[in-house]
Amino acid sequence: MDRAAIIGVGMTKIEKAKVGETFADMAWEAVNKALADAGMNIDDIDNVVTTSSDFWDGRTISCMAVGDASGAAHKNVSCVEGDGTYGAFYGMTRSLSGSYKTTLITGHSKGSQSVSSLITNSAFDPIYERSLGMDMVTACAMQARSYMHRTKTTPEQLAMVSVKNHGNAMKNPLAQLPMKITMDDVLKSEMVADPLHKLDCSPVSDGCAAVIIAHESVAAKFKQKPVWIKGVSFCADSFFFGDRDLSRVRSLTEAAKKAYAMAGIKDPKKEIDVAELYDAFTYQELMWLEEMGLADEAAAGKLLEKGEYNIDGRLPVNASGGLLSGHPVIAAGLYSMAAVVRQIRGDAGGFQVKKAKTGLVHGVNGLSGQSHCVWILDKDK
Amino acid sequence: MSDQFKGIEPMVYNSKINVPYSWWAGDTATKFFITLRDEKKILGTKCNSCNKVFIPPRKVCPTCFTENAGWVSVSDEGTVLTFTVARFQFAAIPHDKKVPVIWGLIKLDGADTALLHYLGEVKPEDVTIGMRVKAVFSEARKGTIRDISHFKPVK
Repeated sequence: MDRAAIIGVGMTKIEKAKVGETFADMAWEAVNKALADAGMNIDDIDNVVTTSSDFWDGRTISCMAVGDASGAAHKNVSCVEGDGTYGAFYGMTRSLSGSYKTTLITGHSKGSQSVSSLITNSAFDPIYERSLGMDMVTACAMQARSYMHRTKTTPEQLAMVSVKNHGNAMKNPLAQLPMKITMDDVLKSEMVADPLHKLDCSPVSDGCAAVIIAHESVAAKFKQKPVWIKGVSFCADSFFFGDRDLSRVRSLTEAAKKAYAMAGIKDPKKEIDVAELYDAFTYQELMWLEEMGLADEAAAGKLLEKGEYNIDGRLPVNASGGLLSGHPVIAAGLYSMAAVVRQIRGDAGGFQVKKAKTGLVHGVNGLSGQSHCVWILDKDK
Repeated sequence: MSDQFKGIEPMVYNSKINVPYSWWAGDTATKFFITLRDEKKILGTKCNSCNKVFIPPRKVCPTCFTENAGWVSVSDEGTVLTFTVARFQFAAIPHDKKVPVIWGLIKLDGADTALLHYLGEVKPEDVTIGMRVKAVFSEARKGTIRDISHFKPVK
């Protein structure tokens, strides 16, 4: 198969409310930063994929509203509804299609403009479930309980994820919530939906991220060091979440296996140097680690306690601060991707980890992790 | 950015996405709701290939990708698989429900998948995974999922 590489990334700062900027203004900033990072100009971009959600954006065909600011005029522009990692997947296939050599992918979101509980409630089945009034927070709280019950993971271990990631964010100038907090701060923060405290949950955020994916034939043509895509896969589980064993994530296990196989990874625990996972809630970081085979069954909490996932640990996880420190829905996965790209290039600044040859990026779509997208990126082709 | 916007307070346009919408429930959900409303019975659909019984009922088996052929009446009693308690009056919570609101995933006897619904007549701190519960039907039933009022602990 032909190969593709990520050759540029650009992100706005993640903020609570970007009152001075529209969606298009955010895209303008992220796209120009990505072009500058790659050493490209807009004429070097063959096509554009935008990633957005109509409900979150408060309009239909939301992708078209950011096209102008993304330099899509007179180009083929398409869109993906879901996390940015899924937009990037589509963008990568376009760069590999033979029709295009370079694809600009953007993802944007402004949680500040809507009422997130109502938006995520609308993801539930309208006939059987929606009127019961659940939303993403309560749905994930159910999963948290289910996971904790099966694995005996403790509230203290969940709290430690929050402490670690908010602490990491202090070294990332793009993060919204850099905080030096203690386990006690998390456990004493208000209970939002049992067993999740306020500090177990990611904040409402605004932001836009852009990445540029190039076909191997042009990947070295521009100024930036290419970061190679070695493996990528996504898998979905049943829509009705009563169909699933919420304490397990089969779709993630499958997606990870396929991505590892594609990348030629035999022992992910040893071969992955750095990971950015979708930590919208604390329990997710631990649960995803186990379900993707980066930690033994029910062991992630204990390994976290030992410091294995710290910036200077064996496998740094969410060294950027993760989504707990800033969660622009939709754009989120592209921020994670950009963080790993920068780690592999060695320009992650304050949150640079020591060894970063091979990195893992993970994105989620759907209620309580219905669908998962896993990427393996590498310094070497 | 540049100085040209210095001293300007950004404006906000307050509005709503508000579009009336009718969902056709479809044959399968319609039969489920009519039976719930008129007979206080909970029906699932069965896949003849893997023999699984689905609650809520749907036409297609998600595993086998075949059409579910049969209807099965399942018990109004079941087991709590997981639950949560909302401590804030989140915007999505219906106005007649006041926090703490408890939701559970309930695996009814005879079903292979779990139903999402309210747990009631129980204190949040007394709910446990594995708890046995029984459906309490609403007095005035209108053919909606809330024709079941909630599930209460089996004494």
